[in-house]
Amino acid sequence: MLKYLLRKEFRQIKRNAFLPRLIFAFPLMVLLVFPWAASYEIKNLNISIVDNDQSSFSKALTQKIISSNYFRLTDYSVSYSAALKSIEAQKSDIILQIPANFEKNIINAQGAKVMLSANAVNGMKGGIAMTYLVSIINEFNASLIKDLMPLSKSTTNISTIQIDQQYRFNQNLNYRVFMVPALMVMILSLLCGFLPAVSIVFEKELGTIEQMNVSPVPKVLFILAKLIPFWVIGLIVINIGFVVAWAVYGLVPAGHFYTIYFFTIIYILTVSGLGLIISNFAQSLQQAMFIIFFFMLVFIMLSGLYTPIDSMPEWAKWVAAFNPLKYFMEVMRAVYLKGSDILQLWKQLLALIAFSIFFNIIAVISYRKSS
Amino acid sequence: MDNVITATNLTKQFGHFTAVDQISFEVERGEIFGFLGANGAGKTTAMRMLCGLSKPTSGIGTVAGFDIHTQTEKVKKNIGYMSQKFSLYDDLKVWENIELFGGIYGMNDQDIKVKTDKLMYELNFEKERNMLVASLPLGFKQKLAFSVAIFHQPQVVFLDEPTGGVDPVTRRMFWEMIYKAAENGITVFVTTHYMDEAEYCNRVSIMVDGRIEALDSPKNLKAHYSAKNMDEVFQKLARKSQRKE
Repeated sequence: MLKYLLRKEFRQIKRNAFLPRLIFAFPLMVLLVFPWAASYEIKNLNISIVDNDQSSFSKALTQKIISSNYFRLTDYSVSYSAALKSIEAQKSDIILQIPANFEKNIINAQGAKVMLSANAVNGMKGGIAMTYLVSIINEFNASLIKDLMPLSKSTTNISTIQIDQQYRFNQNLNYRVFMVPALMVMILSLLCGFLPAVSIVFEKELGTIEQMNVSPVPKVLFILAKLIPFWVIGLIVINIGFVVAWAVYGLVPAGHFYTIYFFTIIYILTVSGLGLIISNFAQSLQQAMFIIFFFMLVFIMLSGLYTPIDSMPEWAKWVAAFNPLKYFMEVMRAVYLKGSDILQLWKQLLALIAFSIFFNIIAVISYRKSS
Repeated sequence: MDNVITATNLTKQFGHFTAVDQISFEVERGEIFGFLGANGAGKTTAMRMLCGLSKPTSGIGTVAGFDIHTQTEKVKKNIGYMSQKFSLYDDLKVWENIELFGGIYGMNDQDIKVKTDKLMYELNFEKERNMLVASLPLGFKQKLAFSVAIFHQPQVVFLDEPTGGVDPVTRRMFWEMIYKAAENGITVFVTTHYMDEAEYCNRVSIMVDGRIEALDSPKNLKAHYSAKNMDEVFQKLARKSQRKE
């Protein structure tokens, strides 16, 4: 009996004008656009420099900032108030003010102060601009100390602590490395959570589901026939993801592909189970869409896709603990970046298995052949 | 007497509203049983209870010898159903629909193929075999839906306003198909709005406000209500209705 139901589902998907295209276009769109747009890396910050010193040191600092790739010099202002005007006019994001006697004070080892003011209307951007600029100035400072040390009179013992930073697993702190595996999870959730639900509610609207309900088809088989095609679709989608990640971003999982496939199979079962529950309660397509939209929005926000869950308030962490997306995202990032294997990810595995059993049992129970 | 359908005080309530109010009747094997009533009289609800789509609030019913409370899945194996809404899959071809429903009722590929060939020949559908159901005219669709409903040789077939919106010629052909099915021993339980169709039935029941007001052969009913035709019988009974649509 399942054989005939599956034939039906595959034929319907194949004949659908929209679905097969969606399966290819959606992952491509998300993976090609999102990593560039949804990144915290900021380039081309506009800077106004007020140079009251006009010395070789101040010029060297300016040069270093401009050549850093992150900043673009909008103007050399004559005064701080003029620079502030250009911030107000949205022309610049940050001001660096170099005081008079900047060079002289450094050479005399009296220490020099510069002032940074960032436009924090967009707090994130202002903060990042500040961090970048501080690190450039620190570098400049370090090179000055090196140059001036031998000449300096009071050099006897300046002990400096050198911090040697090392970022593990994503050495360049490349956001794309971090985003792409997580985006694959988002794509799978949307396609495999939405589509089976839509397919059932659509049958409700057309009235064809009644013909199924009046037949001896067991509910489990009917639901299974709705799920299996989305397993296949999910695996196609994840493969598209692998190809794009490799071809466009040069990303290859540090771990094994089969670890990802294994988790993908369980994960699809989880999200489509959730979709099926929703479809059992929704009476119309619109209703189903809105409910799924609600769940997906919460799930994606609380998945750690953009903001780390560790930095969320306690209650949000609790909500996130019941979010299957979170677990699969952890798996994908761990396998892609750290090369983790199934044994190391046993917690996520247990969580996903528990979710999928729970959702699918509810889906079968809540599907009613009679009213 | 061999009764395929029995109902005793069958009742369905939705909240305070009693859609079907203690109806009792029997349908014999091979009979064409007409189930008449105005819109909202409770015909469809009663039929849905017999098909196992809706749980009765109270009362007893059996279909093909199985209890409609406790053995719904067994009931479903032995009935065919064609609803008001056209319920084949539009995006499947004619033969694919037949294959699907044949398969659901436990037929194998070989049987399905042989029977499909025969059916296509009988319906003169050979050209349409590979067409999507969506592209068929309504009359063709109705005939196909009926054929699919009796494809697995059920004991009873339930037809819910099968000829709605169909032209008189096609209706005529449709009723020929119903007669043929009855000759082959399939009991036909049919609801309709068309009073001329009621004349074709062996027996008819007329529902008013959730109750069965009359149940007999068209001939006896006409005699009893001293009416020329079924339409007059229906008018006399339906006028008593208190329910608004």
